[in-house]
Amino acid sequence: MMRVPKLIERMDFGLLSPDEIRKMSVTRIVTADTYDEDGYPIERGLMDPRLGVVDPGLRCRTCGARAGECPGHFGHVELARPVIHVGYIEVIYDCLRATCRKCGRISLPDSKLEEYLNQVAEMRKDGRKWWVVADEIVRSASSVEKCPHCGEKQQQLKFEKPTAFMEGKNRLTPSDVRERLERITDDDAMLLGINPEVARPEWMVLTALPVPPVTVRPSITLESGVRSEDDLTHKLVDIIRINQRLSENIEAGAPHLIVEDLWELLQYHVTTYFTNEVSGVPPARHRSGRILRTLAQRLKGKEGRFRGNLSGKRVDFSARTVISPDPCISINEIGVPEYVAKTLTIPVRVTAHNVEELRNFVRRGPDTHPGANTVISPDGKRYDLRYADREELAKTLEQGFIVERHLMDDDIVLFNRQPSLHRMSIMAHEVRVMPGRTFRLNLCVCPPYNADFDGDEMNLHAPQSEEAQAEAWILMRVQEQILSPRFGGPIIGGIQDHITGAYLLTRRDTLLTREQAQQLLAAAGLAVDLPKPAIKKDGTRYWTGKQIFSMLLPKGLNLAYKAKICENCVRCKKEECDIDAYVVIRDGQLLNGVMDARSYKALDRCEVLDRVAKDYGTTAAREFLDRVTRLSIAAATMFGFTTGIDDEDIPPEARERIDEILDEARDKVNKLIEIYNLGEMEPLPGRSLRETLEMRIMEVLAESRDNAGEIAEKYLGLDNHAVIMARIGARGSMLNLTQMAACVGQQSVRGERLSRGYKWRTLPHYKVGDLGAEARGFIGSSYKRGLKPLEFFFHAMGGREGLVDTAVRTAQSGYMQRRLINALQDLRVGYDGTVRDDRGGIVQFVYGEDGIDPARSDGGRAVNIEKIIERVTGFSGG
Amino acid sequence: MAGVSADTIRTEVRKLQDVLPNSVVKELENSLLRVSREKAIMREQLDEIIEGVKQAYIDAMVEPGEAVGTVAAQSIGEPGTQMTLRTFHYAGVAELNVTLGLPRLIEILDARRTPSTSLMTIYLNEKFAKSRDKARAFAQEIEMIAVEDVASQTETDLINMEFVVTLDRARMHQKELTPAKVASAIRSALKAEVVVDGNKLRVKPEAPTLSDLRRVAAKAKGVPLRGIKGINRIVVKMEGDEYVVYTEGSNFAEILTLPEVDPTRTITNNIHEIEEVLGIEAARNAIINEAIKTLEEQGLNVDIRHIMLVADMMTSSGEVKQIGRHGVSGEKASVLARASFETTIKHLSDACIRGEMDGLDGIIENVIAGQPIPLGTGSVELVMRREEKVGRE
Repeated sequence: MMRVPKLIERMDFGLLSPDEIRKMSVTRIVTADTYDEDGYPIERGLMDPRLGVVDPGLRCRTCGARAGECPGHFGHVELARPVIHVGYIEVIYDCLRATCRKCGRISLPDSKLEEYLNQVAEMRKDGRKWWVVADEIVRSASSVEKCPHCGEKQQQLKFEKPTAFMEGKNRLTPSDVRERLERITDDDAMLLGINPEVARPEWMVLTALPVPPVTVRPSITLESGVRSEDDLTHKLVDIIRINQRLSENIEAGAPHLIVEDLWELLQYHVTTYFTNEVSGVPPARHRSGRILRTLAQRLKGKEGRFRGNLSGKRVDFSARTVISPDPCISINEIGVPEYVAKTLTIPVRVTAHNVEELRNFVRRGPDTHPGANTVISPDGKRYDLRYADREELAKTLEQGFIVERHLMDDDIVLFNRQPSLHRMSIMAHEVRVMPGRTFRLNLCVCPPYNADFDGDEMNLHAPQSEEAQAEAWILMRVQEQILSPRFGGPIIGGIQDHITGAYLLTRRDTLLTREQAQQLLAAAGLAVDLPKPAIKKDGTRYWTGKQIFSMLLPKGLNLAYKAKICENCVRCKKEECDIDAYVVIRDGQLLNGVMDARSYKALDRCEVLDRVAKDYGTTAAREFLDRVTRLSIAAATMFGFTTGIDDEDIPPEARERIDEILDEARDKVNKLIEIYNLGEMEPLPGRSLRETLEMRIMEVLAESRDNAGEIAEKYLGLDNHAVIMARIGARGSMLNLTQMAACVGQQSVRGERLSRGYKWRTLPHYKVGDLGAEARGFIGSSYKRGLKPLEFFFHAMGGREGLVDTAVRTAQSGYMQRRLINALQDLRVGYDGTVRDDRGGIVQFVYGEDGIDPARSDGGRAVNIEKIIERVTGFSGG
Repeated sequence: MAGVSADTIRTEVRKLQDVLPNSVVKELENSLLRVSREKAIMREQLDEIIEGVKQAYIDAMVEPGEAVGTVAAQSIGEPGTQMTLRTFHYAGVAELNVTLGLPRLIEILDARRTPSTSLMTIYLNEKFAKSRDKARAFAQEIEMIAVEDVASQTETDLINMEFVVTLDRARMHQKELTPAKVASAIRSALKAEVVVDGNKLRVKPEAPTLSDLRRVAAKAKGVPLRGIKGINRIVVKMEGDEYVVYTEGSNFAEILTLPEVDPTRTITNNIHEIEEVLGIEAARNAIINEAIKTLEEQGLNVDIRHIMLVADMMTSSGEVKQIGRHGVSGEKASVLARASFETTIKHLSDACIRGEMDGLDGIIENVIAGQPIPLGTGSVELVMRREEKVGRE
């Protein structure tokens, strides 16, 4: 296990010369056949055993290593005639155009060339992109008519797709091309953007073709026993077959035309071997008609080698299943099904301190939960506990052994939900092994994962080394992520009922009996004495909800802010607020105000949680959050909280009033249309009459919807649970409610009233050119009363736009994020506080101009000065 | 008991200038002065506050090795999913269309030559800003008016081989133009003969060929009559106590030279124009401002430091570069990093003939190689000395 890791320090790029290809080849491949009748690979064939092993158990004929260890070895094909490498076709074209057809020098005077050469040398010394000079040289040299070196008259050279060059009427064969490239001097090559130290121009025309090892193109044996070869093998078979025919024909002295045809065919096969997506070349196909996936296609794109296998890799020690909520576990924890816990393992090295425990694990084996699946002896041998004599193995267990034990409570694991848009999409949790088959998570971590429980699945990874576990625990644990680096505020916090419960509890009129108070504290997990009761009435003692809530707040916490329900009165009455919206916390005692979305809701301006996390540390914040959510849920359960369709009931007189308002609006719209038709409408500056009309109509209708909503709101008081949720910001908005109770309002597509469908009208139910409210998608009904058929149709139109919008947006923002990540991923803060890229170049002298980590900032501010002054002097400016 | 004097506060706070950033120092000074006016601050309290601020600042500093780039990219990218896609929206000035939301953000990061909706906010200097009429007159003057803006009808007369423009009297009057003026403008722009015939203009091409007539017909409509090129639509609005001119279309360089304009506040949303006229630092600020504006309009809260980093990355080379293939990502030092982003094959084959070398200094290269990445805990190159370890045993 403790192998010294090989570190790759750098990677050089270059072309293979034909000599190198031959040198690294273990065998020349001559036959196109792969296996003989008995199923054994044919020597000097494409599956030559010297090319490496893929079948388990066998040893490599070249290096003697087993399958999996042997990296494979290249062979090669001697091409009967040279062939152009498609990938370099443009470079070859540039080289041919820029050089003399006779002497091979670049068609520019010596003085010019020397100048460029100096420039290139200079640029190389500075580590700049010296090859950019090539463009200019090719441009000027290709139009020269007479070679300044030998005086040869140049001919027009044309590139004919895909791989041919025409000089006048003559077609250059790859042999001709190669000859010309050979004549280019090293210095001239440099000026053409080719570094002759690693790539001679003529190497772009192949005379020998490397054959990749079988490990690169493994064959698959289907269940029926039929062998299916890799696409690359198929392509190589084609190449070798044609190559052979070509050389036979040449030897037999076949007519020129036939040789030429075969040569072209060979060129085609080699071209499609490299890439099967060249324009002008029909893609090579499999017998079934499927397009072959050759070298370039293997590397390219999302599922290609780079993005699919190298930038992101498949891993072991991972699990995936459906998630479900568990409000009783801590936000730091995750409920893991026993089945998963028994499959995932953690390697533990046997020491004097844990032998006994590990022996018990080994004895219990793979099927009883805190057990173990494998034992690795110091010499590296693995014992599978399903088959081994566990009792015996347990006895022999001693220091130096490694036991792969089951995942257990308090192990640290990484938990992830895709799409992983930010770092809070992968957080470390502590394991709680549980019955059932789903992962269980605390509801407070839903916002960072953007998870819900309508069938979402999530992934779990078990870090194996102690180093990885420690790192995950210190840096990635949920509690360390409460404050988002995006805006320096909590991204983990209460949601929905967590807010409702706290509100119900902290309202002014909430009084609790001793039993109730005790029950709530127990739910919060607090085993402490009750404070002095606030009220004594008829001999019974009562505690206020604020008292109970205060018991969760840390001592010394001072806060004053306006709650979400605050109505922004012109003159704030502060502590005397009618709706108790002015929150005051002194020394950890909630003296005034109610807890709502402003207190500890995720992604909101949650003052309380924010303060606790910043002043008392992440552990205190986690504890607070764990407790407060449980307390809230217990409170909501105790007082009872429910919402149903009758929450949207409004009395008949309200409905009448709303209908009146809507009728008025319709009249207004009609009047506007009349004015418009009479041509008396005054256009808004920079708008056409029609646009003006639309804007005015939209205004009128929006206002009428708002007015209708206001009427409904009057009848939906704070005793209405749906209204409570909307007002305190727990769930839903007043707009949602008024749409249900009063009027849905205008439907729109692209921000305009509906207009498409039929000619000059939306539906055949309306007159041609009808611009009225109904005809253009205004819905006067409420969701509760129900939509009329036409309204329903319009609603679907608006709804569809929303769906399309979401789909398009995810694609667009996904690509934007990929580009951002790619552009910025190399940036990091150095020890000197500068931000540097991978070249070591400075991008910022001080990160963010003040060197502050946004996650530790106070909502973006470096230092909360008022807080410090208040702490020291007791003076609060707010 | 008397507290410390305002002067003591000032001198004490200013001593912090080497330790704390200026913004913090200034804020601290102001806060202390404000508080001391209402409540005496004792000497010890002052020291404690200063010490507290210093400590709080140090506590909030970024740690070396922090992957600030990735965090910035995530912080801007993640809210992207929550943004609206609707291109046109009405912001501030209801009369003008502005691209907003995700498309605008992408546009900024793409460093497009011209934004899909160019927009200028022109502030006027004192003499003009207060007067509605003067502001209006100025607006009239810079608005570009082309022939088609004052023409009610245009037609190609194939019999007489001429292009006939019928002028709209009302609009001509509104824009204070005469047929003669229009005629001379067309004449000088197209080098064609123009005959004024009532409110009709007959444009005759030099040579009476069909192709020439077509050329004239295509160009005549676009002949500018007045105003500044690129300024298409104008709205004058009262803002605070002054009149501000908003324009659709933008020509930053020319507008700034006008005497009526307050060049210190006038702004365009075209980042490239700002780069050309005011330089790269201004372009960086423009990127930051535009991005912040776009995000804030969507109600998204993103720390400005993330946006600054993106803007700095886009501009640190001295010219505005795109976030993507044709900019920052395409010019990376590492071959593997470029190949793993886009245009894989091209990057690899070019690297080969150039004999490029990948030093594996970046992140993605080391991920590809399966090695620890030089970020965060992976950037610490600390090795324990063997002897010391042995010595302790």
